[in-house]
Amino acid sequence: MRITNLLEIKSVTCTKQERCLFESLSFSLEAGQIMQIEGPNGAGKTSLLRIISGFARPDEGEIHFEGQPISDNYDEYAAQLLFIGHKTGVNGQLTAYENVCHWLRVHGCQVDERAYDLLSLLGLVGLEDVPVRTLSAGQQRRVALVRLWLNNAKLWILDEPFTALDKKGVRQLQIRFSEHLAQGGAILLTTHQDLTTHFAALKTLVLEYQL
Amino acid sequence: MAQHSYWQLFFSVYSKDVTLAFRQRSEIVNPLLFFLIVITLFPLAIGPEPALLKRMAPGIIWVAALLSTMLGLDKLFRDDYNDGSLEQLIASPYPLSLSVLAKVFAHWTITGLPMVLMAPMFALLMNLESQALGATVLTLLIGTPLLSFIGAIGAALTVGLQKGGILMSLLVLPLYIPVLIFATSAIDTSSMSLAYGGQLAILGAMLAVASVCAPIAISSALKVSVS
Amino acid sequence: MWKWLHPYAKAERAYQLCNTLMPYFAVITVVCLTVGWVWGLAYAPADYQQKDSYRIIFIHVPSAILSMGAYSSMAIAAIIALVWQIRNAELAVISIAPVGAAMTAIALITGAAWGKPMWGAWWVWDARLTSELILLFLYLGVLSLYHAFEDKKSAGRAACILAVVGVINLPIIHFSVEWWNTLHQGATITKFDTSAIDSSMLWPLLINIIAFAGFVGVVTLIRLKNEILQCERHRPWVRELVGRGE
Repeated sequence: MRITNLLEIKSVTCTKQERCLFESLSFSLEAGQIMQIEGPNGAGKTSLLRIISGFARPDEGEIHFEGQPISDNYDEYAAQLLFIGHKTGVNGQLTAYENVCHWLRVHGCQVDERAYDLLSLLGLVGLEDVPVRTLSAGQQRRVALVRLWLNNAKLWILDEPFTALDKKGVRQLQIRFSEHLAQGGAILLTTHQDLTTHFAALKTLVLEYQL
Repeated sequence: MAQHSYWQLFFSVYSKDVTLAFRQRSEIVNPLLFFLIVITLFPLAIGPEPALLKRMAPGIIWVAALLSTMLGLDKLFRDDYNDGSLEQLIASPYPLSLSVLAKVFAHWTITGLPMVLMAPMFALLMNLESQALGATVLTLLIGTPLLSFIGAIGAALTVGLQKGGILMSLLVLPLYIPVLIFATSAIDTSSMSLAYGGQLAILGAMLAVASVCAPIAISSALKVSVS
Repeated sequence: MWKWLHPYAKAERAYQLCNTLMPYFAVITVVCLTVGWVWGLAYAPADYQQKDSYRIIFIHVPSAILSMGAYSSMAIAAIIALVWQIRNAELAVISIAPVGAAMTAIALITGAAWGKPMWGAWWVWDARLTSELILLFLYLGVLSLYHAFEDKKSAGRAACILAVVGVINLPIIHFSVEWWNTLHQGATITKFDTSAIDSSMLWPLLINIIAFAGFVGVVTLIRLKNEILQCERHRPWVRELVGRGE
């Protein structure tokens, strides 16, 4: 069987406030691949991720997932997509456990005992029932990152997932990335970290700041 | 996707908003207090004659109800927009309009329902006849969800804007006019001991149309705001 | 529908279409406006009851009709923009909105000016006046929503959604206001029966309506052309056009 591209970006153009961020950008991502998007601030990394996730529309071009344009059946695409952006979607008033459960239900997953175990795995022991706003930035991010262990989406789109994490957290995340890739998933992420030592098959895309 | 998971989504979104409102009780209490204060202002402004108040009561109660639903609307999507939950709702395998329906329903539970329950007391404050009490409660019961639906469209359109609050009232209040007209007229008619079923039926029809059409408009507006 | 619309999804084709249509509209406007106003204001007989003050009808009625006509065309453009995701239709919505708002304002002001001698008050809460006022609010809502967004692409789509919501509500609002008015009718208002109008007044009125329609068309087309150019100003075809000095 031919290995098909999981994700295909077909000559996508995006302009924002008069400025062309990228023009006719094309690339593809196969199952088991990880791609890092690099570039200076304001180069359009986040905009690209938001377009690929389907939140924003490109000015031109199309995004295909498993051979289908994502706009054709967005809900089906969304079932295979895990997006964690700058704004992680964690509510500060709710506790960590409530946040995880709410996210699971909204994404059609079963709520089970794993949520507690994973929260403690990520170093949130004893903090499951405290409102998230009282936690530190790194701990809040972990509450969002628990999702990576809890769902079976094929495509992960992560905007700066390592922000505010300590060394142990970064290592845990990298191990989880490898597991996901081994299971045939794909990851698209932006980060300023150097990932080449950890992932041999790392693809990189460099966005230049255009005037 | 199994049917029970649609229900699970609806209930989860609904209970999240209601739980949050109960944790910060001001969200429930403030619109009610506002409602009460607006109603208090009228006798002070126009004079305390019972006949005059009785004549104006339906209008005053409903204008106060319109204004107090507006209070909660700005918050309806704002927190979810700011913390990224809205993106997570869009990127869920379920239709966004279902989550939106749950959120609107939660908004009604938080702001509309307490008003419906307190309505008899407010009606008494305004010297409304006892036969008009039923009509007041019924119009509020059918009318306030309608206000939540229509208002949520405005809230969804303006959630991405820095100063969306005032703009939202500009967009939404003209759309509230039919609700205001039919509801006040139902109360008026009932205080004359006439049948007001017709007005209620029209309000009900509007609610039925709104509950089908509004979630679609709200979810497409949210997608625009998020992009 | 799609086949017919598709070519005009391209900005350049839409711009050319505007250019072709504009002269026709311009000619209609100039001819009909001259004929209609001279006929209506100078030659049409004076009303036996209202004397010459009725002549404001030749401005009031056409602008009122066009205020609603403009809103429906705006809503149609908005539906096209949302369903087929055509950017030019969004631009059309934005081009029509201020013109329609201006027509509504003219209708309201002339209505008030007419009301003073007829009803003895500048403003009467008559059903038609009230719905016209609400129509103005709806127009202003679309405009202020559009201008509140920094990103003009989102602004266009948001304005389209609001226009569609508004057009669904408009009949309900109109109906409810009419009904409200019959319930609360305080002062008896002398209503105009349009069918009873004499043909010597009807003809200039019709010509004026056509003239106003042409005028709305011309102004919208000019605005649409500007919007398209503004939106596409980095494209080669626009640069070429500007280079030619057209």
